Formats: sequence, C-alpha cells, structure tokens
Amino acid sequence: MTVSTSAAPPPSLEVSGLAYAYPDGHQALFGVDLTVRRGERVALLGPNGAGKTTLVLHLNGILTAGAGSVRVAGLPVARDHLAEIRRNVGIVFQDPDDQLFMPTVREDVAFGPAAAGVRGAELEASVQRALDRVGMAAYADRPPHHLSFGQRRRVAVATVLAMEPEILVLDEPSSNLDPASRRELAEILRSLGVTVLMVTHDLPYAMELCERALVLSDGVIAADGPTAELLADPELMRAHRLELPYGFHPAPPVR
Amino acid sequence: MGSGHAHRLYRHADSPVHALPPHCKLAAVLAFVVVVVSTPREAVWAFAGYALLLAAVARAARVPGRFLLRRLVIEVPFVAFALLMPFVSQGERVQVLGLSLSVSGLWGAWNVLAKGTLGVAASVLLAASTELRALLLGLQRLKLPPLLVQIAAFMIRYGDVVTDELRRMRIARESRGFEARGVRHWGVLAKSAGALFIRSYERGERVHLAMVSRGYAGTMPVIDVATATRAQWAYALALPCAALLICLLGWFL
Amino acid sequence: MHVPDGFIDAPASAVAGVVAAGAVAVSLKGARKELDERTAPLAGLVAAFVFAVQMLNFPVAAGTSGHLLGGALAAILVGPYTGVLCISVVLLMQGVLFADGGLTALGVNITTMGVVTVLVASFAFRGLLAVLPRRRGSVTVAAFVAALLSVPAAAAFFTLVYAVGGTTDVPAGTVLTAMVGVHVLIGIGEAVITTATVGAVIAVRPDLVHGARGLTAPLKLRVGGELVDAAPATPAPAPRSPRKVWIAGLVTSLLLAGFVSFYASASPDGLEKVAADQGIDRKVEEHAAKDSPLADYGVQDIANARLSGGLAGVIGVAATIVVGTGVFWTVRRRRTEAAGRTEATGRTEATGRTEATGRTEAAARTESSARTESSARTESAARTDETG
Repeated sequence: MTVSTSAAPPPSLEVSGLAYAYPDGHQALFGVDLTVRRGERVALLGPNGAGKTTLVLHLNGILTAGAGSVRVAGLPVARDHLAEIRRNVGIVFQDPDDQLFMPTVREDVAFGPAAAGVRGAELEASVQRALDRVGMAAYADRPPHHLSFGQRRRVAVATVLAMEPEILVLDEPSSNLDPASRRELAEILRSLGVTVLMVTHDLPYAMELCERALVLSDGVIAADGPTAELLADPELMRAHRLELPYGFHPAPPVR
Repeated sequence: MGSGHAHRLYRHADSPVHALPPHCKLAAVLAFVVVVVSTPREAVWAFAGYALLLAAVARAARVPGRFLLRRLVIEVPFVAFALLMPFVSQGERVQVLGLSLSVSGLWGAWNVLAKGTLGVAASVLLAASTELRALLLGLQRLKLPPLLVQIAAFMIRYGDVVTDELRRMRIARESRGFEARGVRHWGVLAKSAGALFIRSYERGERVHLAMVSRGYAGTMPVIDVATATRAQWAYALALPCAALLICLLGWFL
Repeated sequence: MHVPDGFIDAPASAVAGVVAAGAVAVSLKGARKELDERTAPLAGLVAAFVFAVQMLNFPVAAGTSGHLLGGALAAILVGPYTGVLCISVVLLMQGVLFADGGLTALGVNITTMGVVTVLVASFAFRGLLAVLPRRRGSVTVAAFVAALLSVPAAAAFFTLVYAVGGTTDVPAGTVLTAMVGVHVLIGIGEAVITTATVGAVIAVRPDLVHGARGLTAPLKLRVGGELVDAAPATPAPAPRSPRKVWIAGLVTSLLLAGFVSFYASASPDGLEKVAADQGIDRKVEEHAAKDSPLADYGVQDIANARLSGGLAGVIGVAATIVVGTGVFWTVRRRRTEAAGRTEATGRTEATGRTEATGRTEAAARTESSARTESSARTESAARTDETG
C-alpha cells in the first residue's frame, strides 16, 4: 500500500479503529482499519459472520461506531451531516426487493434525488441518466416486481447511482444471478468509473472486477493486497474460510 | 413471479375513460354510488337507468360485458343473503309459487341486490380502467392522509412478494408430503402464518433501511402529481350528475 | 363480512364513515408515535401480510375451509394503532380494487372489521396480560380470549349498525342471534389460529409481538439469551392500574352479554313468530355457517333449534366461555409441565426457526441491526460525540 502524500483529494472512504457491539452484547467489529482511494474498486472478502454487513451499515451511519471513526470523502460519519453522508455512500443491498420499494422503476430511481430536494426536469434527467447507465431506461414505467431478478438488481444499482454517490457499496452483487446477468452487471460496474466497495464471497467475481481486496475475518481486516495475490495464497485462504470454486485457478499476480 | 391477481384487474386499453385523471374517476364513482344508495327502492326504473349509464361507461372504456359479469361474482355471498330476505322479513305476505314471502322482504332483497350490483359494477369499471399506481395517486390527490397512501402503496408493492412467499411455503410443505386436511393440521399452517409475519416484518425493517440509506426522513418526496383540467372533471362528473338527475326524478315521480 | 353498497342506508353509512375516518386519524397519530418514520414501510408490510394470510385456507372438514380475518392477530402482533391502520388499508384496497365491500359501506366495514375487532382484541389482550402472571403461557391465553371475543363483538356491532341503518326489516333480534351465534363459532376458529400464529412468532422473535413486549426482558434472562432482541423502541405500555383495566373489561363484556340477551329476548318479533320464524332462523344460520370455518358445529347447533333466538346466542356465548376456559387450562398445564416445549411443537418450532435463521448472514445482520438501529442511535449518540 502506498500512502499518497500530495494534496490529492481525500480518500473516498477511510475507516479507522472501528469497533461495534450489538446492544445484546455480541461484538461484531474489533477495530477495522481500511482506506479506499478515489476511483478504486475494492473487494471486501470474508466468511459468513465475519461482520461484513455490519461494517457496511456503518458506512452510511445506519449503525454508529462504538469506537473508531468512518470518514467519507473526508467527512466524518456523524449525526449532524447524515443526509450528506447518505447521499455520498450508495449502498446496494443484497435483496433488490428490499431496495425497490416504490411502485414503478422510475419513481424508485427518483426517490433518492427527490428526497435530497431535486425536482422537475433536473430530477427527470438524473433518473434518465442513472437508468441509461445500467441499460434499464426502457423499463422506467414498469413495476419492479415484473422484472427479472437480474434486471431488478440493475435497477437497484441505478437507484443508488441517481444520487451521484462518492462511493458505491455493493452487498453480494452477484448472488442469485445467472451467468449472463452476472456478466452484464460486471460490465456495468466496470463502465461506471466510480469508487466501488464490493462485499462478496464470490471470489472469481472479486478477481474479475477488483484489483485490490481486503479480507475481513473475526471483525478485523486480516489481509489487504492485490486480489490475485490474496487468492493465490492458500494458507491465507484456508485460515479465513475462503474457498475458490472447483477448477478455478487465479492467474499468478502480474507485477 | 409478478402474476399476482391484482394485476389482472386492470385492462389496458386506449379509451377516453382510461385517459381520465384517476382522482376524477374516483370522485365520480364515489358520487355515483352515493347517489345510487340514496335512491328510493320503489323507483325500479331508476336502477335500470343507472345500469344503462354504467353500460355506456363500460362501452366507452372498452370493457367487455363478459369481463364485467365475471367480476360481479364477488357479490355472490350477498346474493344468497338477499334471496333469504323474503323468507325472513316481517309484515304483509304474498304467496308466490306456494311460498309465503314477505313483501317488504322482497323489496329489501331487490334493494340490496340492485344497489350492491351497481356498486360492484362501478368499482370494477374503475379498477379495470385505472392502473394501480394511478389509483394511489388519485387517492393522494383526494386528500387521503399521505401516510395512509404510503401504507397502501407499500401494501400493493409487497402484496405479491408476500403472497409469493406464502406460495413457496405451501410448496415446501407439500414437497415434504404434508397436506392440510383438517383441524389437526392448523398448527402447521399457523406456524407458516407466523413465519410469514416474521418475514414480512423483517422485510419491512430492511425496506426501511434501504429508504433511510437514500435519504428518507419521514416524508415521501412527492414525485408525481395527478392533475386534471376542468374539461376532464366535467367529463368524469357527467356520470354522477346523470345519476343524480335520475335519482331526483325517482324521488319526485 | 364485507358489506356491499345498499345494505346500510346512506345516513348511517355516512356516520360510520366519519367514525372510521376519526379512528384512522387517531391511529395514524398513534402509529407514528410508536413506529416514527418506520410507520409506512412496517405498516405496509404488515398490511400485505394480513392480505396474504387471508388467502391461507384452514381446512375444517371434508370440503370446507375457513380463513383468518386477522384483526385480533394484527392487534396483538403490531399493537392497536398499527393494527387499525393495516386492516383499514386492506379493506380500502379490497373495496377500491376488488369491489369487495361497497365504497359507501367502507366506513361500516372499517369500523366493524378494522376498529371494533382490533380494539376489543387489544383491550382484552392487555387486560388479561395485566392480571395474569408474567409468563409466555399467559400470552397464549390472552391471545386466545382476545381473538375469541373480537369476532362476535364485531358481529354484535354490525347488528347495532344494522338496527340503526339497515335497509331491510329483518328484525334486529334475528340478525343479532344469527350473526353473534355464527360468529362465536367463527371466533373459536379465529382464536385457535391466532393463538397458534402468535405462539409461532413468540417462539422465534418474541420482540416482534407488540402485546408481549413487557414479557421479553425477563424471558430472555431465563432462556439464556440466545435470542437477539433489542430493547424495545418504546417501553412496554404499562397499564395504569391492571386491576382497573380488568374490571372495566369484565363490566364491558357483561354489558355486552346483557345487551345480547336483553335485545334478543325482548324483541317480540323473535318470540311471536313461533313456527315460521324458527324455520327461518335455521335458514339464516345455515347460510351464514356455510362461510364459517366451523360449518359442522353450526349444523349441530341448529339440530336443537328449539331454543328461541335470544337464548341461543347467550348459550352460545356461555358455551364458548366454558370451552375456551377448558382449552386455556389444558394449554397452560401442558406448557408448565413440559417446561418449554413438547416434542410435537418442538419439531415444528425447529422448522420455523430454520426458516427464520436459515437466511444468509448478511440479511440476518441487516435485520438485527434494523431492530437495533433506533436504540443504537440514541445509545451511541454520546459515544459519537467523543469519536466524531
């Protein structure tokens, strides 16, 4: 990891010493440190129960850090500017049915910007732009439950893109997708050019999309490095219950 | 997926009735039904007039008669009830085919049947010519409390999702050889209902998270507003006005 | 029970409409206080649940089946305010979309099926919980009674509306007898299903049962805390004086019973039309029972239809109370003896649990965090000050 010393813009995401325990006493995070620079695509890998989703919910202030801090584009996640934070951190949840709660695709995509006060032609334009970016503009007036699962996930990405976030956070983006939808989504994500943090245990997908990966295990970042290097390290993989699919061999890191 | 029965209520067509703003249609149907309910039951011809009015609307909306009649089936339990009335009611009696029937009971049955049928037909026409989403906008426009409209919107959005979960649970039960046959199996079905509640509630919580993540702070942003021109209002209100005329004639003739 | 247009006259419908609007307005305010900004999604999903669960058919005997009405269930699971809202929205949508229940009768339908059921159920439920020992078994008992009372109460209320604004002159006494008699039986079905459903929810997520919130904390300690339940968003609504509530409930039900018997026996129509009327009674009950989940009982009941109108209703109520009490005692004893679970329920509970916990880690975490969000936010407000 290189630390930029120039007066570059602050990193998209900066988490330091983050710890969190649920009110029932169960502690999920034990001091997470990570930085995602602007424009990077980073995969957050980890076994079930590692605290991945708990971490994600800290990024836009739905959960509040017990200790440590989260900064988005230099702005600390705290109560006073939650609205701005939530505009800047676009979370795509795992189940698109949870995310698409409005009666039509268009209204759903418009929800975020409209909640931020955008109206009229400007709103229309940002909805159009977001739907275009995921290739779903033709479906604007359809109710979400008439779409296929892959289409719904793409619309879910659009709902978040419409808010022009600083960082896009995807929770298991490839789950339940057929190979074609998976590839389409990957193409879309690659074309976006925004900072992406992708939480997944789909290792080939992480390798395909993200140059860098983090391993979250037992509530701390256990590894941080180029995705191919991490995946090629059998010791590390075994230690954190990460397994490559049968027949998949990560190419040796090209450096 | 998504083939919930809510979907089949709407018949897409390119008709003047479809094109009317939803709140005009809602207001018109409501006014029409109120007029029908206030009509004296003795004015039999008035109800024939109402039926003709609805038939005209159905024609304008390109809703086939067969569709309308099929949807009237919802009324059947009350038809059965109405048919009992002549036997149950008090007062003067007449002999019809050897049965002793109450005169006021016959009138009562006629009253419920005629008004009920007209009411159902009017609602069916409304639902057939107005999209779900538009109906919600119409309700909102008619000053229904926004929170209530939101709840209704969420109910419609997730009705299919929840019903689908229920269906999957049934398939899962049946795949394991369970078939509910009697009271003994209520426990299992109730467990399904309980699980369904938990899933629904938890989904509600997740939906809330998704909303909060996109800047929700208690009020839904108003994105679409249904608007109506004066002409559209006039066109929509032609139905209840004609009905009112018939009703007044019914009272005074 | 969806009343169509033309069954109740216009003035009475209008009054019912105003009452319904008032009740909904109060509920909107109350629900917002309870659920704050979560009201819309949560109430909407619960409404979707009520809508769906009405499609779940409970077979009674060969060929017949019934379904849950859901008023009592909603009252117990999500509380009276949200309960009224959910049922009202379901009725509104059924009226507007499916033409199920007339538009002018919407007020009548909402007051009867939405407001009266929910109010009676939550009143009975809270009243009973206040006097019963703080145990899970008490929730079962209270849920049973609440659901049992709610259905005939709605029927009685409907008769009242009918007496005021009915467009037919079927004597109110006859209607009352038929309605309450039949709905007592429906109520038993409703009570059994409601109790089992509440039991299934309590087994997995006790914190979701609004009416049992006060019970979750001590329960968790005893179980060993394997259930992830957050501090409830609102403190359990402690009844001001449990005994007072209970006495009030008792008086109300006595009054209701008195009203039933008085009205029924005092209506001369019911008694004078001896032979003819009894034949008629039979028909009315037969018809109404066909819709009920307990058609068999209805037929049996009619077999000894020598009882005049009023008595039948009263005896029906009394019999229900006896049967109901019997059931509570059995249930309670079994609960206490088995110290938790019997084999049979244990197995099904386990499946229910699997369904609920078999979700992915991510979803589960999201959910539990959703539950804790509000409390977490307030709790950690201070911490944020230090850190932020």
